[in-house]
Amino acid sequence: MKIKGRVFILKDKDGNLIKDIDTDQIYHNMYLHITDINEMGKYCLGNLEGYENYPELAEKNDIIIAGHNFGAGSSRQHAVDCFRALGTGCIIAPSFGAIFKRNAINSAFPILECPHIEELIKSGKLSHGEMVELDFESGKVIKDNGEIIECKKPSKVQIEILKAGGLFEYGKKTG
Amino acid sequence: MGKTIVEKILSEHTKDEVKPGNVIWLDIDVRSARDFGGPNVVKHYREHYDSEPVDNPQKTFFTFDLVAPAKTIKYAINQSICRKFAKEQGIKVYDVGSGIGTHVLMEEGHIIPGKTAVGTDSHYNIVGAIGAFGQGMGDVDITFVFKTGRTWFEVPKTVKIKLKGTFEYPTTAKDLTLYILKHIKTDFALGRAIEFYGEAAESLPLYGRITLLSMVTEMGGIIGYVPFTEKTVEEVKAFTGRSDFSPTYADPDAEYEKEIEIDVSGLGSQVAAPPHPHNVYDAQDLKDVKVDMIYIGSCTNGREEDIESAWKILKGKKIKDGVVLSITPATRRAYKKLMDKGILQELFEMGAIITNPSCAGCAQGHPGMTGEGEVSLNTSNRNFPGKQGKGETYLVSPEVAAASAITGRITDPREVL
Repeated sequence: MKIKGRVFILKDKDGNLIKDIDTDQIYHNMYLHITDINEMGKYCLGNLEGYENYPELAEKNDIIIAGHNFGAGSSRQHAVDCFRALGTGCIIAPSFGAIFKRNAINSAFPILECPHIEELIKSGKLSHGEMVELDFESGKVIKDNGEIIECKKPSKVQIEILKAGGLFEYGKKTG
Repeated sequence: MGKTIVEKILSEHTKDEVKPGNVIWLDIDVRSARDFGGPNVVKHYREHYDSEPVDNPQKTFFTFDLVAPAKTIKYAINQSICRKFAKEQGIKVYDVGSGIGTHVLMEEGHIIPGKTAVGTDSHYNIVGAIGAFGQGMGDVDITFVFKTGRTWFEVPKTVKIKLKGTFEYPTTAKDLTLYILKHIKTDFALGRAIEFYGEAAESLPLYGRITLLSMVTEMGGIIGYVPFTEKTVEEVKAFTGRSDFSPTYADPDAEYEKEIEIDVSGLGSQVAAPPHPHNVYDAQDLKDVKVDMIYIGSCTNGREEDIESAWKILKGKKIKDGVVLSITPATRRAYKKLMDKGILQELFEMGAIITNPSCAGCAQGHPGMTGEGEVSLNTSNRNFPGKQGKGETYLVSPEVAAASAITGRITDPREVL
């Protein structure tokens, strides 16, 4: 699976990737009554300081980059679904909150772990706004100039569920 | 090779080889959804499985604990969607007023030591306190488990936290928990199972274990365990009303990814300041912070013992003018015990708001939210920006909450004892 999209980096005031972004910052609990995924996009990152207007800036296939433990906190599927609603291409972070990670995998939403992503950004190897192509199964980010950034390869189960189109379909095949 | 506690429990629930990193198919004993997540579970279920029966209605539950009773029409509709589905499928609903789902499912004897349980609550790993395996999951996962009784799971690595030394009242499990968070943040245990050893952990009563192990979530962990003592066995029997279990202990040659020792000798009261649960200070260092709202409750600190401990500090004293104190027992059973002891009446007469059992002040519950510039102290587990309103939330023990209610600022309980 290949995804071509714009790099969108979530940084704090000091220019560091924002760590420990909690699900209440991604999708606030005041909107948890919503069950229609099409209504979820407009609240995406709505409680993350500096990124409240992300839904207006969002482009299809955005490749969002964030810090350690992205999606910490609650079990809400909305925190994944709001990105799916916006057509986000992938989220890359050094690590993810355990439940967020499962929720993303189960709904066939691509996420990649990339432990050294912050160093690459700081050394100018990857910039906000540039277009890159992702070769998801190999965990590679390919820049326009052909340079390759290696992330961790997704696990077998992650690839299988993604290919099946989600846990329900995967379960019908394997369960 | 020996096994850790989580590896043993998982091994009892799968045919696959349980080894850290392996993905296994895990049989789930208890599955539940609540008023957040539940309506989405029903929606997915109808879309993917139509009116097919759930795997096992006796093992499946709804627990309404968040916006309970519903305070908007949308929440009322969501709850009614779950009730209707439950009726069709023969699923029991612990309806509004029952209390926090995980607590209720333990009290009612549905979740007992050694069992596996999942639900739409990120603090489901709280059941580690009674030696069960629990995991919060999203609505896709829970829908799948409702239908199949199982899901895939990656066996976590286990890490060990050894506590050195002991501490005394009014330092309690919450202070210990926050102090551990201060040390390990989300770096040490992200995606790991944790086993806690040392007298400071092993001597914790059951309600203290609930506090510590509920906040494994804030440590980034999958689940945490403190080995049972004889006292724990008796407490768990009384709590669950069941005695058909035996505790799980790690093998002496079990393999741990890493271990850390934390010295907690003479530990004092701890407070987590915004914006993270691991942004922890000594209560004394924050004594100039004025407080507007105080909330005692949640899955982390909503047991009858927590509220009784707060009452002991407040007894014979006055709540500071201008401070709003709200109290929410975790379950009906906890509520009844406090009512029978006359504690709720005394707290009421002091001016406290007593709400019905629920998750209350953790999300958008009935104790209310803070406005801009206001400070709230909360005995729950998260203080991320904006979670409980526009103001700032500090996480504290019930004892610090009570002492601060008297003075109107963050207060080490020793100051008022």
